[in-house]
Amino acid sequence: MLIEIENLSVTYHAKGRVIRAVQDVSLTVAARESYGLVGESGSGKSTILRAICGLAPITAGTIRIDGKPLAAPRSRDFVRQVQMVFQDPYASIHPRHTIDRTLSEPLAIHGLANSDARVIQALTDVGLPTSFRFRYPHQLSGGQRQRVAIARALMLEPTILLLDEPTSALDASVQAETLNLLSRLRTERGLTFLMVSHDLAVIDHMCDRILVMQHGRAVEELTRGQLAGAEMHSAYARTLFDASADRMLQG
Amino acid sequence: MTLLSVKNLRVTFDTESGVVEAVRGVSFSLGRERLGIVGESGSGKTMTGRSILRLIRPPGHIAADEMVFDGIDLIRATEKEMRALRGQRIAMVMQDPKYSLNPVMRVGAQLTEGLRQRDKLSKSDAYEKAVVALDAVQIRDPERVMDAYPHELSGGMGQRVMIAMMLIPNPDLLIADEPTSALDVTVQAEVLSILDDLVKTRGMGLIFISHDLRLVGRFCDRVLVMYKGRVVEDLAAKDLLQAKHPYTQGLLNCLPRIGGNRGPLPDLDRSAEWAG
Repeated sequence: MLIEIENLSVTYHAKGRVIRAVQDVSLTVAARESYGLVGESGSGKSTILRAICGLAPITAGTIRIDGKPLAAPRSRDFVRQVQMVFQDPYASIHPRHTIDRTLSEPLAIHGLANSDARVIQALTDVGLPTSFRFRYPHQLSGGQRQRVAIARALMLEPTILLLDEPTSALDASVQAETLNLLSRLRTERGLTFLMVSHDLAVIDHMCDRILVMQHGRAVEELTRGQLAGAEMHSAYARTLFDASADRMLQG
Repeated sequence: MTLLSVKNLRVTFDTESGVVEAVRGVSFSLGRERLGIVGESGSGKTMTGRSILRLIRPPGHIAADEMVFDGIDLIRATEKEMRALRGQRIAMVMQDPKYSLNPVMRVGAQLTEGLRQRDKLSKSDAYEKAVVALDAVQIRDPERVMDAYPHELSGGMGQRVMIAMMLIPNPDLLIADEPTSALDVTVQAEVLSILDDLVKTRGMGLIFISHDLRLVGRFCDRVLVMYKGRVVEDLAAKDLLQAKHPYTQGLLNCLPRIGGNRGPLPDLDRSAEWAG
C-alpha cells in the first residue's frame, strides 16, 4: 500500500475549546489508485490531506507513505513524492509572481536543472499556451489558474497528488475540462490520487474507492460499484446519495 | 398573470478599450413561478438579475425597451421609487453569506434593522418578527443565532439567515443569485426546499440564477439558458433533457454522473455563431 493511515486523529485547541477535526480514521490507498473522501464541510476530509502534508497537527495515529512513517517536519524527499492542489486557485497562487516564477521555484529549491524547458513542458502538459509563462495570475481565468496550480504540483514529478476540492470553485463546463485533465495526467504518469470533494458525482467519476465522512469520523467505505448501485448501509451515506439524485445517469 | 416583463434588456459598460456589452437583448416575462437563469461565468446571468433592481453601478448602463414590475416602469422609476421597491417588493439573495452579511454586527441586529428603521417597530416586536423569520427557514435555535456574529455560523446557517432577512418584508419577487453554490449538497437540498416552500405558500415569483443546469432543471418551472449576454434557449424545466440547442445539451452533458462510464467528459462547444 502506498498510503497507509492508521487511527489518525487531529485535535485543535482554540479559545479553551477542544475541536476534534479528525477522530480515529484509517484508510489505505494502493499505488495508482484513486481514492475519494466525501462529506459535508467540517467533516474533516480536508484536514486529513493537510495532516499528510504536515499542515495540520497529528495528535494520534500514524501516516505511512511507501511503508515509511513521515518525518516531522516533512523531508525534501516527501515533497518530491507528495504534492497538493488546493480548492481555490485565486488564493493558492502567489498573486505577485509570474506563472514562470511560480512554476520554476520548486525546481530552484530542489536544484533541478533545465528549468526553462521544464516550465514550457509543464504548461503544455496542462493544456496552456506557452505565452502564459510571463503572465500574472490575475490575467488568467479561474480554470486557467487551476491548471497552473496542477502544473505547479507536478513540477517535481510526484507520484501522489492530494486534491482538495480541485473543481468546486469552477463552473460546470470548466470543471469538466479540469477533471478530464486530471484523469489524463493520472493515466499518463501513473499517479495516485487522494481526492476530497463534497460532490458525489465528481468523486464517482474520478475515484475507485470512497470514504464517507461525517463529524470527523469515517462513516462508511464504498467501492465505486456499491455507490452506483446505491448499496450503502449507513443512514448518512444514504442521505448524501439522495441529495445527489440529480447527478444520476438518468434524468 | 405577469409579475415582471423584460423586453430587450441591454447592459453595457464603458471601458477604456471601448463598450463591453454584458447583456445583449434579453427578453422574458415572469409570473408567480420559478424561473431559472443558467449560464457559465460571464454569460450575463448575474447582470440580468441585478439590472431588475437597477443595481448596476457606473460605468455600467442599463437600457431596455420595457422593464415593468407589477405596473411599475423600472427603467423610468426615480431612485426614491426604486428604494421603495428594493427589499420591500423585490428582494435579492446573494451567493456567499461570508461577504453579504455585516461581519461586525450581530445577526439579530441585522435582521431587525429594517423592521426598526422602515416599519418603525418597537424593539421587542422587531425581535419577535425576526425570530419567526428564522423559524420559517428552519433554524432550530433562533435565539442563539440572533445573538451570534456571522463568523460563528456555518455556511448553510448564514445562507438561511440571508433568506430570512429577505423574506421579512414579504416580497413579491425574490432574485436568488447562486444561493446554494457555496453550500454542501445536503445543506443545498434543505435550502432549496425552504425556497420552494416559500414560493408555494406565499405565491412569490422566484428568479433562480445558477451555473448548475441540472439543479435548476430539478428545482425550477422554466429555464433560460444564457450565453455571452443572450438567451440561447427558453424552455420548460421538464423538457430540459430534450433541449434542442447544442449549448444547452453541452451544459447538461459536461457534468459527471454517478454510475457514468468515466470516459472523458464532453467539452463544451462554444461556437461563436450562437453568440451572434
